[in-house]
Amino acid sequence: MLHHASARCAAGIPDRAGVGLKPEHYREILEQNPDVGYFEVHAENYMGAGGPPHAYLEVIRKRYPLSLHGVGLSIGAAGPLDRAHLSRLKALNERYEPGLFSEHLAWSTHESEFFNDLLPVPYTQETLDIVCRHIDEVQTTLRRQMLLENPSVYVLFEESEIPETEFLALIAARTGCGLLLDVNNVEVSANNAGYDAAKYIDSFPVEHVGEIHLAGNAVAEGEGERLLIDAHGSPVEDSVWGLYRGALSRTGPVPTLIEWDNDVPSWPRLLGEAQKAEAELSRSARQRNRTPARATALA
Amino acid sequence: MSTLGEMQQAFARALSDPEAAIPAGLGGRRAAQAQRRFAIYRNNVTASLIDALQESFPVTAALVGEEFFRAMAREFVRCERPRSQVLLCYGDTFPDFIAAFEPAQALPYLADVARIEAAWIATYHAADAEPLGPAALAALGADAGAARVKLLPSVRLVVSQFPAGSIWLAHQAEHAGEAGEGPETVLVVRPAMEVTLRVMRGAEGVFATALYRGGSIEEAAAAALGADGSFDPGTALVSLLTQGAVLAFEMENDR
Repeated sequence: MLHHASARCAAGIPDRAGVGLKPEHYREILEQNPDVGYFEVHAENYMGAGGPPHAYLEVIRKRYPLSLHGVGLSIGAAGPLDRAHLSRLKALNERYEPGLFSEHLAWSTHESEFFNDLLPVPYTQETLDIVCRHIDEVQTTLRRQMLLENPSVYVLFEESEIPETEFLALIAARTGCGLLLDVNNVEVSANNAGYDAAKYIDSFPVEHVGEIHLAGNAVAEGEGERLLIDAHGSPVEDSVWGLYRGALSRTGPVPTLIEWDNDVPSWPRLLGEAQKAEAELSRSARQRNRTPARATALA
Repeated sequence: MSTLGEMQQAFARALSDPEAAIPAGLGGRRAAQAQRRFAIYRNNVTASLIDALQESFPVTAALVGEEFFRAMAREFVRCERPRSQVLLCYGDTFPDFIAAFEPAQALPYLADVARIEAAWIATYHAADAEPLGPAALAALGADAGAARVKLLPSVRLVVSQFPAGSIWLAHQAEHAGEAGEGPETVLVVRPAMEVTLRVMRGAEGVFATALYRGGSIEEAAAAALGADGSFDPGTALVSLLTQGAVLAFEMENDR
């Protein structure tokens, strides 16, 4: 097991807004050098031997802080982690030295089959033990702390016995991993599971949060239910901005990523979303600076 | 097996087979709601792969139309689930599937166009390497014929009985060429960051194919001359070098 003082100190990523890097925007980014806090890439998209993805990422890495986000490690699978995949992640970590590395509280492989989705796990003592064992293995192999992301869920397990925020707090305490708070996932899961998203944020173990994700969701209605889908194909919803403000009031400024993976917008539109997050981060920083000043005056 | 493992086995089975029952214990909701919620995962798993294929095979999709393509891709996804978390080359066996896909038999060239698109993807992600320039030919010397041509790691060759290369080119925005006819051999390579395609016909295609399969320059030239007595191996070699497809010349005693 690895021990780390805090999720934040080793990050190397500024408390600013970042953007998920898309091939559609490689050229504009290199030409314009936009003022973006950091870029994040999906690790699996950079597991080819060579070619333009690596060439562009090399240049962008020289100019910006980078965060590496895995989507296929299947940390929540009952079976063992895929050592070959872990080796590929290790190679990418060594090559690009990202400031953050994150993965999901989810599973996507069963036996030799890969499901291209983030599938849910029941929150039981057994799952807790398995997930913690896998995170220990990841952190030991990569020789770094990882962040674990809260999931979007569409089904609920009757056998779940631990609330999600408590489950994540237990994992962070046992493994020393940090947490990635995906605020859109909070809205999606809260809607689909029928709990209060703001209360979820209020009970989130914010001391472990090393990054926040923001994204758009989609509505699907049927069978007398209005479900939310984690679609990543539209702007961040107003309600999610509201939850984000609530989260920032607890965490203070924290690296915040705009994820827009489908129906990828123009670069200026995506940058505009990042600037909205940047404005919230500035407000959060000002609030943080005011608080101790007032405390001094009162003393 | 662990409780978690049993759940995941049932979950996985129900994802792969739309007829299979959804796992037990998914919340106390009405059955229809549980079905619909589980269907979101079923749909994500399949639709994301169909989308990936549509993105990787745009010309194939344009030739058959979106509806036909997605139905064909859905069938492929059902038969060949990904075995790796790295989906960059998912679909490398899609062309073979198309070749055997009964409803696509009316377009006999379709599988070869798909082979070009699969080659394009493989070339795009292949290891980088610096090609030789045309000047390298002069250094070959007297025993040039015995040399073998080591091609770049990014080189792929598609041999088609149809004008598959011309069909692919006709669907590129920047292309304004004439429609081809007859068999074509297509060489796909990435000398630097741009993937380039070279469409060859007749003896030139025979020559490139023989080199690609490891024949010496002499052997390749003999095969090409058999197809066309006026074939000039020197010009064809210069073309390969100019396209940036050659990594090195290997003499027999280097091997």
